Amino acid sequence: MTVAVDFRNVDIVFGADQAGSLAMIDAGASRAEILEKTGNVLGCAGASLTVNEGEISVLMGLSGSGKSTLLRAVNRLNVVSRGQVLVKDGDKTVDVVTCDQATLRRLRQKQVAMVFQQFGLLPWRTVEENVGLGLELAGVPEAERKERVQRQLKLVNLDQWSKKYAHELSGGMQQRVGLARAFATEAPILLMDEPFSALDPLIRTKLQDELLQLQAELKKTIIFVSHDLEEALKIGSHITIMEGGRIVQTGAPEDIVLRPANDYVRDFIANVNPLSVLTAWNVMRDRRDLEHGDNGWVWLDRRKTTRFKIDDHGLVAAAERDGKPAVWVSCADVEGQPEELAQVFWANPGTSLKTVMLAMHRSQTAPVAIAICRRHRHPRCVERGAAAIGAARLQDHRRSGKALWRGFGVGCLNRGPRRRHSEYCWWLRCDRSWSFSGLAVRPARS
Amino acid sequence: MDPISKFMVDHKIPIGAWGKAFFGFLTDNFDTVFRAFSNGLNFLLDGLVNILLMVPPVLLALIIAIIAWLLQRSRPLAIGVFLGLIFIINQNLWKQTVQTLVLVVAAAAMAMAIGVPLGIWAAHKPKVYRVMLPVLDLMQTLPTFVYLIPVLTLFGLGNAPGLIVTIIFVIPTAVRLTHLGVVSVPKSIVEAGEAFGATKSQLLWKVELPSALPTIMAGLTQSIMLSLSMVVFAALIGAGGLGTEINRALGSRRIDLGLEAGLAIVVLAIVLDRMTRIAVGGKK
Repeated sequence: MTVAVDFRNVDIVFGADQAGSLAMIDAGASRAEILEKTGNVLGCAGASLTVNEGEISVLMGLSGSGKSTLLRAVNRLNVVSRGQVLVKDGDKTVDVVTCDQATLRRLRQKQVAMVFQQFGLLPWRTVEENVGLGLELAGVPEAERKERVQRQLKLVNLDQWSKKYAHELSGGMQQRVGLARAFATEAPILLMDEPFSALDPLIRTKLQDELLQLQAELKKTIIFVSHDLEEALKIGSHITIMEGGRIVQTGAPEDIVLRPANDYVRDFIANVNPLSVLTAWNVMRDRRDLEHGDNGWVWLDRRKTTRFKIDDHGLVAAAERDGKPAVWVSCADVEGQPEELAQVFWANPGTSLKTVMLAMHRSQTAPVAIAICRRHRHPRCVERGAAAIGAARLQDHRRSGKALWRGFGVGCLNRGPRRRHSEYCWWLRCDRSWSFSGLAVRPARS
Repeated sequence: MDPISKFMVDHKIPIGAWGKAFFGFLTDNFDTVFRAFSNGLNFLLDGLVNILLMVPPVLLALIIAIIAWLLQRSRPLAIGVFLGLIFIINQNLWKQTVQTLVLVVAAAAMAMAIGVPLGIWAAHKPKVYRVMLPVLDLMQTLPTFVYLIPVLTLFGLGNAPGLIVTIIFVIPTAVRLTHLGVVSVPKSIVEAGEAFGATKSQLLWKVELPSALPTIMAGLTQSIMLSLSMVVFAALIGAGGLGTEINRALGSRRIDLGLEAGLAIVVLAIVLDRMTRIAVGGKK
């Protein structure tokens, strides 16, 4: 994996007495202490963070936690007092903190685009003129500019609106213009400073979905600032939580939810339903841990009500429930299935735990998880076709001895942060007899 | 007189004497320069007036009405402008009006040409603005008659000193409104420009000036209005036009002449105001 942006011990101080403030930072002083002693405002201190290519890295925190400050160091809208911000520029990396103006301008024009909370559109320009701003500043000839602008407008479904002025559009549409403007420069790195915070919840959700869809195609490196954990968990492949200008915890969404580093993070996740974050992946078990019967049958539960058969290729050949043949269905459509049928569900590692629970409730057994390579784990990537490929890959990985399984069994979750998730733990405890299984299989003839 | 006051009065700071000495120095040493400048300016202004007066008055009124239509694309306005100018022709004040028009437009144009760059500079450099501010206050509040005298001694009588006095009076408005416009460009759009790699000049021309344009155009309108208000003063030092008529009416207590010339100024003011103000509205 290539590193796109690398923050190395970044300190940002706003004010005149830089040296004094930096000395206080080294001594571990808090923001309030620094403000009192030097009159300077601590933006962020000792921030180190690596963002790989193609990631959506979310910076989270309450307002004033330094998340925007850190983001804006990437294109030097904020000046870094000490430390390095390395940004990938083609084949080499550039330290934004020390590079000259010409390099900085080229980075801003070609490598790093930005989307703002308040949109930052120019009200006297039409939508297409706004989208073309970055290209215009970079001196792209008009014909090419027009063509690229039209392409971006189509991408965000605004091609009907290209001649309107920005203020004639609704907030959601204006932010789509902002997105198109950032995409138009074809910069591989995208900075998003609370882009959806100013929008109403429905539009926000819609734009989040659109962003994820676009990201699946465009594969940008996105650094996303948010104060909304639900948003961060939905969008981010990595989440960094900041407090008082310092990074508190960095990790994958489920790491944040399952293993909060301190009370600040715990407070953050207190209101988040872990079911909306966790997926089947987090509770899967290795199929070798299941009880094996004769002729390739494998029991899914300890009560021995449900079993399925695996052929030589590791594919599911048949499923049985209470001794009768059962339908083999994806638990994604659990609500659409008639209840009286005998069913054995299967899930992807990316299937949300909510859906898994629903399927468990219906069939009284855990779904069979169709395992996919960790890299393809994101729910959007998981389709039946992809599952087959993923299964093959997984087997390869297992043969090469690389541990790709993440061992979150029921017991493991039971030892989790019980205090904060009492409801969650209760569910797991009272249903301990259910077992989760992870299998390198794909549904037969589906 | 009490001793303290007497002491202070006895040690009066000779500001008046210094000022006099300064202007004396200027007239003694650079008289020819100022006179040449004044003559050149007079020649230009008079030449322009004469050219405009060669055009038949009704035709010129029509041309101005067409310009009004081009600026704002409003037929009622163009008709109004035309009728107003016809009224002035009817009052037999056309020649004076053209003289005033040239003076006012020249003064406003010069004031904008000097004031807008100064305003931008001040907006970018708060320190510069802090130094500039008292000077602007001085230019705006120093009674006009006070600087009529030195301008008269330096430039003599005529249109040129009238123009210079008017410019001095009007520049602060152009500077202030330009400064206001550029300073109040929303931070978010300036940052957007920066984030997409704008150079300093791109930022100025593509972000700051378009955003500040309505305020700057308001500055233009204000400059024209203020120039008109200076017409009577400028006439005192020999600038021709409607101001001369009003001064003459004042001197000979002629209500009729004063009323006619006064109304002509009002008509001219309204015409110019509507023509320039609406140019702002068209942008939105």
